[in-house]
Amino acid sequence: MIVKTLSSDHTIGWVVASFTTLAIVGLFLPNWVLNGTMFGLARGLAVLGLLLLWRTGLISFGHALYFGIGAYAVALLEKYTGVSDIFLRLAAALIAASVVGFILGFVLRNYRGIFFAMLSLAFSMVLYGVLIKSEALGSTDGFSVSQTTILGWQPETKYPLFLMIILIGALAAVGVHVYFRSALGHLTTAVRDNEIRVEYLGYSVARAIHLKYVFSAALTGTAGGLFAMALGQVDPDSMVNWTVSGELVFISVLSGPGSVAAPFIGAVAFEFLRTFAFELAPHAWQLIVGGTLLGIIFFLPRGLWSLMEHVLMRKERRRG
Amino acid sequence: MKKGMLHSGLLALALSAFTGASMVAHSAFADDTFKVAVVSFLTGPAAGPFGEPGRHGAELVIDAINEGTMPAPYDSVGFGGVSIEAMFVDESGGNAKQVAEYRNLIEKQGVDAVLGYISSGSCMAIAPVAEELQTLTVMSVCGTPRLFEGNNWQYTFRTQAHAVADSVAAALYIRDQLGDVKDYTGINQNYAWGQDSWKFFDIAMQKLIPGSSGSDSPQFPKIFAGQYGTEISTLLLEDADLVHSSFWDGDIEAFVLQASVRGFFDKKRFISVAGASAVDNLGKRFPEGTVVGTRGEYGILVREQEGELNEWFINAYRERYGVYPLESSYQYAQTVLALKAAMDKAAAESGDTPNKEQIIAAMKGLEFQSLAGNVSLTLGDGHQAVHPIGYGVTAWDDETDGPKLVDIRIYPTHCLLPPVNQMSEEWLEAAMPGADC
Repeated sequence: MIVKTLSSDHTIGWVVASFTTLAIVGLFLPNWVLNGTMFGLARGLAVLGLLLLWRTGLISFGHALYFGIGAYAVALLEKYTGVSDIFLRLAAALIAASVVGFILGFVLRNYRGIFFAMLSLAFSMVLYGVLIKSEALGSTDGFSVSQTTILGWQPETKYPLFLMIILIGALAAVGVHVYFRSALGHLTTAVRDNEIRVEYLGYSVARAIHLKYVFSAALTGTAGGLFAMALGQVDPDSMVNWTVSGELVFISVLSGPGSVAAPFIGAVAFEFLRTFAFELAPHAWQLIVGGTLLGIIFFLPRGLWSLMEHVLMRKERRRG
Repeated sequence: MKKGMLHSGLLALALSAFTGASMVAHSAFADDTFKVAVVSFLTGPAAGPFGEPGRHGAELVIDAINEGTMPAPYDSVGFGGVSIEAMFVDESGGNAKQVAEYRNLIEKQGVDAVLGYISSGSCMAIAPVAEELQTLTVMSVCGTPRLFEGNNWQYTFRTQAHAVADSVAAALYIRDQLGDVKDYTGINQNYAWGQDSWKFFDIAMQKLIPGSSGSDSPQFPKIFAGQYGTEISTLLLEDADLVHSSFWDGDIEAFVLQASVRGFFDKKRFISVAGASAVDNLGKRFPEGTVVGTRGEYGILVREQEGELNEWFINAYRERYGVYPLESSYQYAQTVLALKAAMDKAAAESGDTPNKEQIIAAMKGLEFQSLAGNVSLTLGDGHQAVHPIGYGVTAWDDETDGPKLVDIRIYPTHCLLPPVNQMSEEWLEAAMPGADC
């Protein structure tokens, strides 16, 4: 069934083709664009984690918790064991975030709406507080992360890491898409619409949400790990603070819930928006970023993705 | 599938067109200028007392050197014959953002050197990236000794002495001027600078004033916390009558205002390592009789000091910005002077416009005249500055209707810092051998 889905689905073709194009374009991009794109795509992966929950009507204001756990897993792994291999780093980020997500899931799966959002926020600020207070965990300074190696090979450029990030991004996008298409995935919107009916159909709502929450945590944790590797630095204010969670929600709104590709486009757009705003107005760059969000909410309530949808629909019509 | 391919091709094309367009917009600048980014806090609580004065200090001196209007020995036009094009960048937003922006400065803006940085957090985060991108980076203000102790950076320099010197000078001043201090406590920010400052002050006090003892519960609020009600209560309940603080930025102003109204300064003696900016900014609201340092021969400490460079700087700064130059104005100007001295030296040696390697070689171990004293880059294999540091007591000058420092004592370099190749903490623990002060 999965094979059939894979072969007949446009979205997957899209993702594969985008991946190939990006991989080729990446070879010719100057370093700063490559860097910005890596930061953007890594954040996009985290936003994909948020999107998973958003489809069920759950919004987490605390996903910086998993972003931070992933980033700090990479940094602490290096600090205490000296490991800099990309696969071990990724495994550490993924496992750490999933385990915490699994444990917290038992609590969070019982809450909806604002309670879910605020409780997530509370958990993330607990981690923030712990990091700030503890000198062994770097306190407010954090750590620097050395350049990533691949099976003992130290690449000269950032391109291999870029390739790895788009590969993981593509795999995650396909994975989430397949999940949405599965029976369990179809439950997501059903749960949002009417939980009691879902229960009568014989599914456990709590279990479906818990599973989704762990997936979401794993994606966001991996994203945090990749971000730390791309940047070479972790610190609580840029990784765990509520502002980071806010940024992720910001990008979700900017991207729109329309497709699994939307978070990546939104996050890359956000990254470059911030870079240019910072350059144009070093005293007031926050104003430009905030103004853009207002503009999006007013004029594109379904996010940047709705622009794409618009283009697609017009094409369909012309063909019809 | 085919349609999908088409769409994604479009998408990727749009993405690359977007990024490509921005590339063209920021193509390289002319070759006859040396492009420098000056990083300081332009937004947030550190902008007023540190970031803006620092930026102004750098701006003033860069413009004067480009025009050749500075007094000797910096009266030649340009930096090794070339003029500097400066851009000013915000330091706020956290270490990760700073690292990302630093990469942008080098790889996108194509700057030749980066000057500045106030927070120790920024400096620690930037140094490894400077090394990776092989870019000359001269730091102005940050104080953690860990920057060069345990690290061997080639591309990073610092024209400001580190926290050990500030702490030892503070302890020396207390021994010489306050005499009978036995118990002391502290309030410091919970990050590299604050933790280091307290640690070194504590050791220096034990060694210089035998029998004195530090509190078991010094306060470590978060940087930029802004509210210190709890900490002030705790400090007031302690027996120790001397309170040490390495607060800077808006925090020192907030602390002083909040503590004043509770009579804190009537009950405790307060020594502020880096709070001189608040003396100017708060004016009469800053308590008299407080021990204040400027981390070097800067700001209010040298306001009355004679000397052509110093007098030129104070007058030109007042004329342009309408206020006295503060501690960070001197620190940023000092970094620019170091770059000027190194580039002139490199140009004299090579007989041509110096390249990056030549500038770095010239800067290593450089000795240069700063605005109100001399600085030499002797520690950290020629990358870390040493210079004298002084403290004074705040008083109100009725003549000028402004604050001033009295009982000023300036301690020479050999009293404050370990010799080359010795770690600060070992040197302090060994009761500062060689520093007979």
